Amino acid sequence: MKKSYLVALGLVAGAALSFVGCDKNKNVVVGGVAPLTGEAATFGASTKNGYDLAVSEWNAKGGVLGKQVQLVFADDKGDPAEGATVFTKLIEQDKACAILGTVMSKVSLAGAPICQSAKIPMIATASTNPKVTGVGNFVFRACFIDPFQGTVGAKFAFDDLKAKKAACLFDVGNDYTKGLSEFFKAKFTALGGEVVGFEGHATGTSDFKAQLTKVLAAKPDVLYVSDYYSDVAIIAKQARELGFKGPLVGGDGWDSPKLTEIAGPAIEGCFFTNHYAKEDKSPIVQEFVGKYTAKYKAAPDALAALAYDATNIMLDAISRAGSTDGAAIQGALVKTDLKVVTGQVKFDGERNPVKSAVIIELKGGQQVYKTTVAP
Amino acid sequence: MDKLKSMKLLMAGLIFYVVVQVLSAVGVLNGYFMVIINRSLIGVMFAVSLNLINGITGQFSLGHMGFAAVGAYTSGSITTLIFKLSPRHPEDAVVFVVAIIAGGIAAAVAGFLIGFPSLRLKGDYLAIVTLGFGEIIRTILNNIAWVGGPRGLLGIPKFSTFTVIFVFTMATIILIRNLVQSSIGRSMLSIRENELASELVGVDTTKYKVLGFVVGAFFAGMGGGLLAHLLQIAHPTQYGFYASALILIMVYVGGIGSLTGSIIAAFSLTFLTEGLRVGIDWLRDTAGVPIGTEWTMVIYALLLILIMLFKTEGLLGMREASILIIKEKQG
Repeated sequence: MKKSYLVALGLVAGAALSFVGCDKNKNVVVGGVAPLTGEAATFGASTKNGYDLAVSEWNAKGGVLGKQVQLVFADDKGDPAEGATVFTKLIEQDKACAILGTVMSKVSLAGAPICQSAKIPMIATASTNPKVTGVGNFVFRACFIDPFQGTVGAKFAFDDLKAKKAACLFDVGNDYTKGLSEFFKAKFTALGGEVVGFEGHATGTSDFKAQLTKVLAAKPDVLYVSDYYSDVAIIAKQARELGFKGPLVGGDGWDSPKLTEIAGPAIEGCFFTNHYAKEDKSPIVQEFVGKYTAKYKAAPDALAALAYDATNIMLDAISRAGSTDGAAIQGALVKTDLKVVTGQVKFDGERNPVKSAVIIELKGGQQVYKTTVAP
Repeated sequence: MDKLKSMKLLMAGLIFYVVVQVLSAVGVLNGYFMVIINRSLIGVMFAVSLNLINGITGQFSLGHMGFAAVGAYTSGSITTLIFKLSPRHPEDAVVFVVAIIAGGIAAAVAGFLIGFPSLRLKGDYLAIVTLGFGEIIRTILNNIAWVGGPRGLLGIPKFSTFTVIFVFTMATIILIRNLVQSSIGRSMLSIRENELASELVGVDTTKYKVLGFVVGAFFAGMGGGLLAHLLQIAHPTQYGFYASALILIMVYVGGIGSLTGSIIAAFSLTFLTEGLRVGIDWLRDTAGVPIGTEWTMVIYALLLILIMLFKTEGLLGMREASILIIKEKQG
């Protein structure tokens, strides 16, 4: 009995002891959050790389406000409760003056109220849910939101692909894919097109033939598939088997080399909207791709680019604010006008970035930059 | 004697409360500690209530967070709906407490429904049914648009403070302890030890098995409601199988059937997770050991394996702390 208590007490005491913080006043402390474990672990890894790369560049140039930047990173595990804990940790324990992150909207939504009440500015990297920045004036984001991507996709399908009839397929258990499809439908209809099919499928299924047969019966010119790449690959194959010849259009969930690997010829000549294109010839993009590839031996995906941008936007704001005071940084962030990898960024009244999206075509198994579409 | 024991438990709780409040006021415990303590307390509610089902009544539930989801969504919907209609006013606290209890009742109804299969099923089979139940709840929540569907229920007002969570946790511990050590609890224990024998001596096994699920679900539902009002979001993925498994781990690490064990495990495991987070950061940044953040979960799992290897019955086995025992044991 006594021994058991001792074991338990030891666990608690050991844990408590390790909380004794160290002196971080010498540096500008910035918190970084991303899911390194859990369902979105791959997103988290490239997000962390993006933060690290940007911070090391700033530090090589002499840091910010004459001090080195110290990035304190925390894993949110893709869980809101963990998110609330690590946001609090970074602010209260590590005394971070600003927070970068996080990826998933549901986690950012749990962290945002904490930043707001502590008056610490945060930039969510890839949280596309419109409600995230609605939490308060200290909450910003680096990515465009679901309505924008769906809208751009619809505009591209109608204007450039000259489609008159479109059908949508999405995952009912995923807010991101559902949101994209809903906004695609709204814009496509507003432009004068007709959405002839709008079907959801269950999460984790691998047979989409029932839904595909239904939406393809109305002979759409374009099939809008807002799923993630793993589902898209199967959907593309099955759509071709059912005789669909037109292009598939989707969102940034398609951004993976695995897509063309799995889908092969079925995905040829299809398009998706993305935050940036690795093939974009502008120097800022090429410089980022070069540095990232050299450091991490892998091509940067959009998550890495967004994390890199979020870090640059935040550090730029801190240096313009001239202080690490939360309110001062917030004031500087609002006035941001910075050229970053994913475009020229300014924030609108809702603290969402106003920037363009790129359209990427899948050609010969490669992602090829097609065009840039402004909202 | 009985009254004295109850007083002792209340006093222990009160001392904990005062110590935390004082340390928090003087700044020793910062907001980070308070979040961990709040999550530990809610973890206690989940673990103790699951212990009633798995440890005391001897059933096997793998879908405990499903009940928490029902509570979280019910209470969250009530408060968001009411505060959408009118701005904040002094009666808010009353609405909040009523909403949390309503969440508990809704979860209890779900517990009543899931209790029925337990009449026919045992062990692994019951585990599968409860696992399925948890997933069904998650899928239903994903598909109801007015609670946010896959976006989750957003904009829940922040009501759960340390005091509120503490009061609910104490109530959970006291009420479940009293239940376990009443004649009802003895009947539940007899079902765990030998269902056939207890039926032969006249225990209404049907009633007590369902009651175990109903009461367990009620407290889990209230815990879910408190969690939702702490995080200001309720999301279907928070209540999946993985989350239920974490609670199950608390119950087993603490000792199946021991409420004290569940309480200690909920605190130790929550603190351990955060301690590892900070410890690994320290090892890497200060001590220069090249170790990645993702190793926290590996070490956590290793520690769990070690605990279970060396304390196969959990930290406390089936023992209780003396302040949690109402009557002294005979002989």
